[in-house]
Amino acid sequence: MKDPYETLGVTRNSSADDIQRAYHKLAKLHHPDLNPGNAAAEDRFKAIAAANELLSDPETRGKFDRGEIDAGGQERASQPSYRDFADGEPGRRYSRSGAGARDWNSENLHDIFGSMFEEQNSSRRASGRDQLYALDIAFLDAVNGATRRLTLTGGAGFDVKIPVGTEEGKVLRLRGKGDPGRNGGAVGDVLIEIHITPHGFFQREGQNLRLDLPVTFSEAVLGAQVEVPTPTGPVRMRIPPRSDTGSRLRLRGRGVPAHGDLPAGDLFATLRIVLGPVDDGLDAFLKGWAPDHPVNPRHALEQLS
Amino acid sequence: MIGIDGLVDQTRGLDRQDLDRWIANDWIRPDQDRGCYMFRDIDVARVHLIRELRDELGINEDALPIVLLLLDQLYDLRRHFRKLASDRAVRPWRLD
Repeated sequence: MKDPYETLGVTRNSSADDIQRAYHKLAKLHHPDLNPGNAAAEDRFKAIAAANELLSDPETRGKFDRGEIDAGGQERASQPSYRDFADGEPGRRYSRSGAGARDWNSENLHDIFGSMFEEQNSSRRASGRDQLYALDIAFLDAVNGATRRLTLTGGAGFDVKIPVGTEEGKVLRLRGKGDPGRNGGAVGDVLIEIHITPHGFFQREGQNLRLDLPVTFSEAVLGAQVEVPTPTGPVRMRIPPRSDTGSRLRLRGRGVPAHGDLPAGDLFATLRIVLGPVDDGLDAFLKGWAPDHPVNPRHALEQLS
Repeated sequence: MIGIDGLVDQTRGLDRQDLDRWIANDWIRPDQDRGCYMFRDIDVARVHLIRELRDELGINEDALPIVLLLLDQLYDLRRHFRKLASDRAVRPWRLD
C-alpha cells in the first residue's frame, strides 16, 4: 500500500481543500465507469479513493500522520460497479439505441462494426476465412468414434468423422469447407471444436475408463458373475469372494479402443456395496452373529483426529 | 429488487427528493408495480454512480445528462461489439 499523500500527489502540509481538489482531478481521470475494461485505471482509482478516504477525514488523517494506522487503515468497502451490470445484458435497460434516439440505432452500430469484419473490396488475392463451430457429442461417440451428418446454417451439409478416443476441446479441421477465397485464393477451412457431454456412469482418464459398480452384500461376500456395461456392450465379470466396497477390478482392453499409437485402455470397476431393503432373516442373522475378528472401519479417522 | 423506501434506507446520505427527481428526469428507470417503484441491481448501481459523479467528482446536475448519455452510448457499443465478436466465434449447428 503506497503512501496516500504520494498517491494523490500532495504533501503532508497540504490543506484539506488541496487534497479534495487533487482527489477530484485524479478521480475524474481514472473512474472505472469512465474507463471500462481498463484494469489499470480501476486499480489506480481504488488506490485514489482509498487515499482520499483516509486523508479527507481529519481524524483518520491525524491517526495516519501519527503512525497509529497504516496506509491501508481505511480500505473502502467495494460494491458492484455500474459497469458490472452495464456491460452485460442488464445494461440494455439504459440503452440509447431505442425509440427517440435518432442517428443512434443498432443497425447503425452494425454498419460501423460489421464493416470492420468484412473483407475490403480489393483485387488482392486472399484466402477464404476459416469458419468456427462448436459441436456437442455424446460421451460414447467420443470414445468409440462416430460419423455425424451436419448441416451448416448456410445450408451446406457434409459428414464429419469423429475419431476414436476424441478428447474434450479437440478441434477438427475440414479442409476447404470454409469461405471461398477471392481472386484465386485458397478456400478456408471449417474448424469444429468438440465438447463431450458427460456420461451417466463412465468417467474417462486418458485411455482408461472408470465406473462405480453396485453389488449386493452377498455378491461381495460370496463372489458372483455379474454383467458390467462397457463402451462396446455388456460383458460378464467375476467378482471374487470376500470383495469389499472400494475394491477395483480391471477389465483389460475394455476402455477406450486402440487408436493411432495408443493401445486399448482398460475399464476399472470400483465395487460399491448396496445393502438395499433388509429383511427379517438378515436382521436375525446379524443379531445372532459375533465376528471372529471384530474390525473398526473408522480406525484411520480416529488416528487423524 | 428493492423498493424505494428500502433503497433510501440502505444508502447512507441518499436524499429521497434527489432520487424522485432522477426518476422524473429518466436517469433512473425502475420498474413500476401497482404504482410502487421497484429497483433492479443495475438501477441501484446507477444510483450509486450518479451520486459518485455528482458528489465526489463534482459533476453538477446540469452536466449529468450529457455524461450519462455518453456513458450509455459507450456501453451500447461495448455490448454490441461483444455480441458481434461472439456471433463470429461460434455458430450453431443444425443436426440432421
